[in-house]
Amino acid sequence: MKKLLILSGKGGTGKTTTAAAFIRFADAHAYADCDVDAPNLHLVTAAGGPAECFDYLGSQKAVVDPGKCLGCGSCMEVCRFGAVRKVEGICKIDEFSCEGCGVCEAVCPTGAVSLQDDVAGEVTLYRFPSVFATAELKMGRGNSGKLVSEVKLALTNAARSEHLAIIDGSPGIGCPVIASMSGVDLVLIVAEPSLSGINDLKRILKTAEIFQTKAAVCVNKYDASLESTEQIERFCADHPVPFVGRIPYDRQASLAINAGKSLADVDCPASHALREVFARTMKLLETSAE
Amino acid sequence: MMIAIPVEEGAENLCVSFGRTPYFLIYDTEKAAAVTVKNSAADAQGGAGIQAAQLVVDQGANALITVRCGQNAADVCKAAGVKIYKARGNCAAENLKALEMGTLEELTRFHPGFHGKE
Amino acid sequence: MKIAVLSGKGGAGKTFVSVNLSAVAQNAVYVDCDVEEPNGRLYWKPAMEKETPVSVLIPEFDVQRCSGCRKCVDFCRFHALAFVREKPMVFSEVCHSCGGCVMVCPENAVLEKARPVGMVEEGARGGVRVVTGVLNPGEVSAVPVIKAALRTGGESDLTVIDCPPGSGCPVMESVIGADCCLLVAEPTAFGFHNFKMVHRLALLLGKPCGVVINKADAPYAPLEEYCEKQGLPILLRIPYSERLAALGAAGEIASEQDPDLAESFRGLLAAVRKGAVS
Repeated sequence: MKKLLILSGKGGTGKTTTAAAFIRFADAHAYADCDVDAPNLHLVTAAGGPAECFDYLGSQKAVVDPGKCLGCGSCMEVCRFGAVRKVEGICKIDEFSCEGCGVCEAVCPTGAVSLQDDVAGEVTLYRFPSVFATAELKMGRGNSGKLVSEVKLALTNAARSEHLAIIDGSPGIGCPVIASMSGVDLVLIVAEPSLSGINDLKRILKTAEIFQTKAAVCVNKYDASLESTEQIERFCADHPVPFVGRIPYDRQASLAINAGKSLADVDCPASHALREVFARTMKLLETSAE
Repeated sequence: MMIAIPVEEGAENLCVSFGRTPYFLIYDTEKAAAVTVKNSAADAQGGAGIQAAQLVVDQGANALITVRCGQNAADVCKAAGVKIYKARGNCAAENLKALEMGTLEELTRFHPGFHGKE
Repeated sequence: MKIAVLSGKGGAGKTFVSVNLSAVAQNAVYVDCDVEEPNGRLYWKPAMEKETPVSVLIPEFDVQRCSGCRKCVDFCRFHALAFVREKPMVFSEVCHSCGGCVMVCPENAVLEKARPVGMVEEGARGGVRVVTGVLNPGEVSAVPVIKAALRTGGESDLTVIDCPPGSGCPVMESVIGADCCLLVAEPTAFGFHNFKMVHRLALLLGKPCGVVINKADAPYAPLEEYCEKQGLPILLRIPYSERLAALGAAGEIASEQDPDLAESFRGLLAAVRKGAVS
């Protein structure tokens, strides 16, 4: 199974819009949303049914048994994350600040504090009509690459017979992005033609290189700045990294998304440009070495 | 010589991940015998590679055959004198044979850790 | 007054709103808490005054005292420690600086050393003090850098906090000390979904909110209905304009070039000051 990952660095560049259109162009029956902080792909892909949901266990978190707590505050003294406060003489742990280090458990004289499993999110897997894996991280929970890895694992296990999987990646350049890159055949970076967009493109490419992942670049909403677009094209030529096209800003894009449609289902300039980017990307993907 | 290989359930096929492999196959060349050890790091939120490498070192391995490996895990192995080889193909038995015949290459490129925190 | 500007979705216009809001105030402090990708400074281009490193504490072992009991390795839930050939090893990038290993060592063989993970830049542009938190590439501990940036921002008549995207720990850390929140929304299905998440976060932290709708071509009914139902006041609507997009792409502060926009932001500031948030 060939895996294509769509990344963008900066949020709001058109990553999910691109992924949704590609899924339709390719008639792909396996896809995943790895933006576990703020998943969006389900809003523009065909409704699936029935869903299998799995709890995602994150780091364990400290919990106080009020029956055993003396209110001595030893836990509060040693906690470096400010996660303990006293409420009516009993110590209470703030689930958002607690990092699950276990220091409080170690110092508690009565064993009132213990580390317990914490449900940090949920993975949802659909198998029909297509294999679609997505997840959502609970608020305030640390986003390690682990939940991203679980989404990809769910996808891979459920879609063994598929030849193509499209993965909508996470924004940014941190661990979730690195985790989404693992084992992928090609990364398509959707770049924004702006000063900040160029900065982020460079950082992502560096990450892809360290991780030995093949990459390609396209520019979305290119008419916001022809100058920056050309700068990106020159950068790609010099690097070198394949530049697979530019997509114009198109008001019809938002309208389509709002109606729950992907751009593949709309006849507009952005859609035509995306189709060309898709064709070039697929060609690169087919020729990517094992 | 003791050789460690990250393997899937059944201990026949290699697992592509080192840190989160479900099991390690530990093969003793002198006794020509293998044991399968559960990887306690598989569920780790973070630092899985480090813990998995510690496990491999504690098992007394002299060599590790793996598809890939993170920098942190590689550092632990190197500190312990465990040589890391690049796996070829999916089959554990074939890789063991290849190592004995001296046809496996050393793994020299390591990836940055996935980490485990915000 | 401390105003936190959040959006949930990246690219909705958090930085655009934070920068322009600070720019139209006579005198303000702008704090960029999006430490992984701090973009505000690209617009301000501030005259740099100071750079202060931000460090975290990492364990260091006194090998002479170490008895090899491995209590530290066993204790560390982040697997930041290993014990190989009678020597402890430390992996600082996964260390959470909890101090547990120091505590459990029976030989007092663990000391803590400061390790830089980022920095706080201070500068100024006109009447605006620009404070930028920067996380070093490859580092993952955003929270200490955010804390340091906010501390550096200090107290002032008006502080505008440019928050990171999403609704994770770094966002919570950026919002916790604010008096109110401005939620920047795009009138699109994607924007709306993420907008609800940050609104939940603001509610959880008990912060009164106001909404700014950016790139507002046509109203997105679900967003409008949600705001009405939740009693969320929509304080400003900024239409999409190619001119604004071009100014942004070129790194310009739009309100300095567009008097109508400047007037809109002055209105927004006045509204927030008067307590129009809820």
